[in-house]
Amino acid sequence: MPSLSMTINGKQVTKDVDPNTLLVQFLRENLSLTGTHVGCDTSQCGACVVHVNGKSVKSCTMLAVQAEGSDVTTIEGLAQGDELHPMQAAFREHHGLQCGFCTPGMVMSAVDLLQNNPDPSETEIREWLEGNICRCTGYHNIVKAIQAAASEMRR
Amino acid sequence: MYAFEYHKPSSVEDAVAALSGKDDPKIVAGGMTLLPTMKQRLAAPSDLIDLGGIAKLVGVREDGGALAVGAMTTHAAVAGNDLVKSRIPALANLAEGIGDPQVRNRGTIGGSVANADPAADYPAGLVGLGATVVTNKREIAADDFFTGLFETALEEDELITSVRFPVPQKAAYAKFANPASRYAIVGVFVAQTDGGIRVAVTGAKGSVFRVAEMEQALSGNFSADAVAGIKVPADEMNGDLHASAEYRAHLVTVMAKRAVAAVG
Ligand SMILES: Cc1cc2nc3c(=O)[nH]c(=O)nc-3n(C[C@H](O)[C@H](O)[C@H](O)COP(=O)(O)OP(=O)(O)OC[C@H]3O[C@@H](n4cnc5c(N)ncnc54)[C@H](O)[C@@H]3O)c2cc1C
Ligand code: FES
Ligand code: FES
Repeated sequence: MPSLSMTINGKQVTKDVDPNTLLVQFLRENLSLTGTHVGCDTSQCGACVVHVNGKSVKSCTMLAVQAEGSDVTTIEGLAQGDELHPMQAAFREHHGLQCGFCTPGMVMSAVDLLQNNPDPSETEIREWLEGNICRCTGYHNIVKAIQAAASEMRR
Repeated sequence: MYAFEYHKPSSVEDAVAALSGKDDPKIVAGGMTLLPTMKQRLAAPSDLIDLGGIAKLVGVREDGGALAVGAMTTHAAVAGNDLVKSRIPALANLAEGIGDPQVRNRGTIGGSVANADPAADYPAGLVGLGATVVTNKREIAADDFFTGLFETALEEDELITSVRFPVPQKAAYAKFANPASRYAIVGVFVAQTDGGIRVAVTGAKGSVFRVAEMEQALSGNFSADAVAGIKVPADEMNGDLHASAEYRAHLVTVMAKRAVAAVG
């Protein structure tokens, strides 16, 4: 079993894993970071989105060994202690979630959007969320939350 | 997912060496196509050769009058590359329209081209621009590369190292996307190249194809009207729950008109 090292939410982690372990399994099962969800087996829903070296990816469609040496951020790594990340705070404030299942992926995807485009239009937000499916909200409040977080983060 | 041996070579030579003498080795690039099939146990390679450690395969550079795009360059990197955006904006556009941001952050041009999905976007770009697929062994013209449904001219121990795109005078890509996956139901790439006008269609048949009749018509009169009356037969078109063969045939003309109009 190969030994695998990466930085997860700022902490260095080293574990032995089978090569056929997906990054999402590694996070959830080996490290008990269950904030990252699995909502499909077709790489389409985006519930599993995390950042690898600063870019959003679907952790259900990446092997843990492919993240060797990388810097990984999950939903658990966004808040600073008790203080929510502005994107998390905006989702709460604007009711950007109902059941919450899609939320970790939505938030991680949205944070990546603002890294690329700090002032996205509504259309740009909706296009960016192409890979994140929500069964509850109808997206409207998700878009509102991202707009609010964007203006908060630009201040 | 079944068990396999994992290899991460740091050079093309080591990757080719790793492919030999194995039961059923497979290259993994972005994994956006291969890993879902392995998860569903539709593929069970004995060995995975990850090209992610070969820095040489990433990036875009000028090569004479062409742009060479390394096989491991992601769709997001092509879409955001300044050379591609200034020299072949239609190609940047095509890459920007693939799947979703997370697919574009992992999926690569080499993986897309090697996979030859009938609904993939890149095959239209390669054939439309008259590109050349460069492998560890040889160079293959895009016209000869895509040989059928998920079939290419690649041999077992051959891997794509880059794709070379001649810079066209002008080009555009118009896609009618599947609303769920963004794969092309029909996509048409039109280019004015040094070798003449090229019209390449993806999504409609088992493999990308050119429409000679449209190319001729556009050579005489480069306008959307010139292709408006040209219909392609529905016999060999794909039909599925997303679109019937007749509808796809209809879309070929519609998307060709839109691409020509976008070329301007
Ligand atoms: C939700 C979703 C939506 C998508 N939407 C679109 C879309 O709209 N349009 C589109 O075109 N595609 C779409 N795709 C496919 C995506 O573009 C993939 O990235 C691409 O098809 C495969 O590239 P990859 O780098 O992930 O390859 P992998 O999955 O790693 O490999 C695919 C195949 O190519 C082989 N291979 C990889 N690299 C090489 C190489 N250098 N030389 C030889 N063989 C190689 C592998 O062995 C494997 O057989 C979508 C995928 C998903 C999951
Ligand atoms: S779990 Fe659905 S895309 Fe990853
Ligand atoms: S809040 Fe329930 S799936 Fe999005």
